[in-house]
Amino acid sequence: MTLHFDRSRAITLLQRLGSVIGLVLLFVVLSIMSPDFLTTDNLLTVLRQVSINALIAFGMTFVILAGGIDLSVGAILALTGAVTAGLMAAGHGMLLSAGAGLALGLLLGIVNGALVSWGRVAPFIATLGTMTLLRGLTLSYTQGSPIPVTNSGFALIGGGYVAHLIPLPVIWMFAAFLVCGFLLRGTVFGRHVVAIGGNEEAARLSGVRISPMKLAIYGLSGLLSACAGIVLTSRLYSAQATAGAGYELDAIAAVVLGGTSLSGGRGWLFGTLVGALLIGFLNNGLNLLGVSSFYQQVVKGIVILIAVLLDRRQ
Amino acid sequence: MRIPGFLTAAAVTLLAACSQQGPGESAPATSGTAAGAASSGKPVVGLALSTQNNPFFVELKDGAQKAANDAGVNLLVVDAQDDPARQISSVEDLIQRRVSVILLNPTDSSALAGAVQSAQRANIPVVTLDRGVDGVDVASHIASDNVAGGKMAADYLAKALGGKGNIIELQGVAGTSAARERGKGFDDAIAGTGMKIVASQPANFDRAQGLSVSENLLQAHGDVQAIFAQNDEMALGAVQALAGKNKKVLVVGFDGTPDGKTAVQNGTMAATVAQQPEEIGRLGVETAKKLIDKQPVEKSIAVPLKLLTKE
Repeated sequence: MTLHFDRSRAITLLQRLGSVIGLVLLFVVLSIMSPDFLTTDNLLTVLRQVSINALIAFGMTFVILAGGIDLSVGAILALTGAVTAGLMAAGHGMLLSAGAGLALGLLLGIVNGALVSWGRVAPFIATLGTMTLLRGLTLSYTQGSPIPVTNSGFALIGGGYVAHLIPLPVIWMFAAFLVCGFLLRGTVFGRHVVAIGGNEEAARLSGVRISPMKLAIYGLSGLLSACAGIVLTSRLYSAQATAGAGYELDAIAAVVLGGTSLSGGRGWLFGTLVGALLIGFLNNGLNLLGVSSFYQQVVKGIVILIAVLLDRRQ
Repeated sequence: MRIPGFLTAAAVTLLAACSQQGPGESAPATSGTAAGAASSGKPVVGLALSTQNNPFFVELKDGAQKAANDAGVNLLVVDAQDDPARQISSVEDLIQRRVSVILLNPTDSSALAGAVQSAQRANIPVVTLDRGVDGVDVASHIASDNVAGGKMAADYLAKALGGKGNIIELQGVAGTSAARERGKGFDDAIAGTGMKIVASQPANFDRAQGLSVSENLLQAHGDVQAIFAQNDEMALGAVQALAGKNKKVLVVGFDGTPDGKTAVQNGTMAATVAQQPEEIGRLGVETAKKLIDKQPVEKSIAVPLKLLTKE
């Protein structure tokens, strides 16, 4: 029997495990340092806090895997949340309003995809443009003030529990994880996403239809951002005009922490979940330990830099 | 395909078991108010700030910290960077940390009701600082008497302008109690005089927006004698908009930030209604201490303001 040692595969494995090891390590350290950390209540609280970033980051994983980037996710979240709340305030039902919010998110994502594929604009610039545009639209739609939500059924989406224990947003997060994981690993769509990110020209030559793929990829990101927008609006009992500012960076950080390469073609969805959890537990733990919020940002920055440096080692 | 079928079934099951009640919320709360003692034995008070990117809230924090040192209380400060979602998370973290009292300086008045209720269900009293939270009943609310402050600004302008003139008003973030109350105090007092508010627009407590909104409004309204801004940052923006214009317009701000006070000294701003953020922080910790010691506290504490002019 010959022993095959594939070096790049070994490194990839190590890198993937790196984020998991990091999470376990953080878990152990926080459990020892804070008596309040390792309680069911606290862990579920963190899972709920993480859910919004995770939803966005799942979509971002597809975009980054395909070699792109989506800076407009936070702005899509704000606008879809505002439109959903606005429709309900105008007397429409919760299902129609949420459905309209989701459809709008999908549509806005497809617009991003069209700009990137047919418009041949670099993803960074295209989504920077739509981000600014959507922020402006949200401000003018809401007139800068929050839109309150009074529908108690809608408040359950982000504030409800299953069996008095598990927060509903955690269920949405895991449901989205299963669906996205299946899309990525179990379908032709997923394989084509990775192929485009690995080498777009080669993918084109082997018959992948690039433009429709990009519409779908950015559309998925927009749809998931809209999901996050609806969950957030429900949690806050109101749609905030400035909601989701900076969330694009949190999502990108989760994807990168999870070991997905920013240059595309290499990564996994489970890593993104781990990355989002890492950020969430870091925030929670530093708060429980009473670390100044200024240093919290320093710590988060260092963790992200370490992850990126590990990525460059490849 | 089997997966969607499975998911639908799971979703239906979950929805059936759905409720708005979280873990332990149906049972009577078990942990006592002051039982969440820290390892050091000192009671811990949580302070959830809206942002530290504004000198006002940094002064508030300093006042609270000083009072906490004097009272023998551990102060745990969390910062939301003006993001309501982040603030909900950090309030949840304070609940998990089992602090004795939460001093909450909300990012806005509409989004924090759920977080306040969670704290109260965990038997942690909440004291709101500077801004209130709509729709919930808190142990105490400590803020400047903003309505009186708005009236102070109006009275000052009435005296300085001899009771007549046109005024532009720069409003703060719509929906915050500070913006609402300052506006109400000012507008009501102006209504009883010969002065007129010719334009009133939000500039969101922000200097850059104060500049651009003032520029636009000054363009639209030529005959203006005074600008009232609901905070100093916007007033300083208005001062920038007036720079280089050969016009005598009195600018009155609100807050008494270090920059605002300097501008009043220089004469670029006519006056500012000064708040005492350190005092808000100090009273917050004092109220928290009373709640820990099970003493009665006032439902609403108004912190006095003072009008600063060059004299």
